[in-house]
Amino acid sequence: MSIHERSRGAWVIAISFIVAMLLSIVPLPPSLHAFMPEWLLLVTIYWSMALPHRIGIGIAWCLGLLLDVLRDTLLGQYALVMALVIFLTVHLHQRIRVASLWQQAATIFVLCLIYMLIVFWIKGIQGLAPDFWMALISPLVSTLIWPAVFLFMRNLRRYYQVN
Amino acid sequence: MTLDYRTDTVRSIRAGLSIIVYPAQYLLDLPGSFIDWTAETFVTRRTLQEENTSLRTQNQILKTQLQKFTFIEAENVHLRELLKSSKRVGERVLIAELLSVNLDPFRRQVVINKGSQNDDIYVSQPLLDANGVMGKIVHIYPLTSTAILITDPDHSLPVQVVRNGLRTIAVGTGSDNQLELLYLPNNADIQVGDELITSGLGCVFPAGYPVARVTVVNTNPSLPFAEVLAEPAAKLDRSREVLLVWPTHASLPEMQTPCTRNREAP
Repeated sequence: MSIHERSRGAWVIAISFIVAMLLSIVPLPPSLHAFMPEWLLLVTIYWSMALPHRIGIGIAWCLGLLLDVLRDTLLGQYALVMALVIFLTVHLHQRIRVASLWQQAATIFVLCLIYMLIVFWIKGIQGLAPDFWMALISPLVSTLIWPAVFLFMRNLRRYYQVN
Repeated sequence: MTLDYRTDTVRSIRAGLSIIVYPAQYLLDLPGSFIDWTAETFVTRRTLQEENTSLRTQNQILKTQLQKFTFIEAENVHLRELLKSSKRVGERVLIAELLSVNLDPFRRQVVINKGSQNDDIYVSQPLLDANGVMGKIVHIYPLTSTAILITDPDHSLPVQVVRNGLRTIAVGTGSDNQLELLYLPNNADIQVGDELITSGLGCVFPAGYPVARVTVVNTNPSLPFAEVLAEPAAKLDRSREVLLVWPTHASLPEMQTPCTRNREAP
């Protein structure tokens, strides 16, 4: 495999990450804040599942660090959870890939739940814990939106032949 | 994470990364600014004239009030001199603009377009809008800074009831447009509709700025304290222009004021 082939479609991946980051800080009315899916997490899960040899824990950690600065949280909070969740995804990617769309969504729910629980825990240590049931909404929304994200990203990947 | 929570050592890393993400924030802010710009550019002559007239009238009224205010201020300074008490002088302000981006979903924070590059902003500097106190600065980056709003669950500020000078603490609830007043006994003299202003006790906010208006007072004899809720005076979710204030704290002639010491500490 030549270097050129290896780096094919890197810009597609980069742009999808940038768009996901923009989506995760898009301004919304405060009442809708809790309903915001974790866009960056979903996109990163997709890429690490489809191309585990290219998108791994290191990239997830860097993305999480950027998300920390974007959201002005404790530096390393999202980096830690992103790295952890992506580790699990890379570990399980062969099982997730073959499952049907809604079975996949169930796995994503578990991953999002782990993500949310650790964020919740870190916030709790800082004394900023949000309402637990409100915090559960975001993983649910992320799960519901997963099939759409998955199909969109798969078409994107096939169209630009990223592999 | 612990380093960030306890110390200040990762500030430069944060600042560096913030420059990387600044384009993203700027990009997201563009549609909003563009709409503002078009709304300002494509207005009819009639609207402009009407606006001009109303502003003129408002200006007249404000000027008239200001005449009286100057007199009262002079009188106040004079009286304070007679009492050998501290003087209060005007504060320096700077107008900043909010970037319309969303931060952590469970907190109430905003990003403003002034950073350490342009001005001598400092951490915990008060932020106001035209109607009242909005919050204070928490992080300063080269191009932007983030501020915590008074409704954030992690924020509290010392306030005073205008009517009778009752002092209390207004704590953010995390929900929009609601503050909670803590540790008020059941028999405290507080009513719905009371105006709250900053008391200046915490040495962070200058005294005398409007904060909120009391909306709910629940006294339950079985609880140790009354449940009092208030609505912020500042339009927290609507203001786009905000004011950064450099407060000049009252200084007593015969003693070192506690606030200056507080200010010098990093």
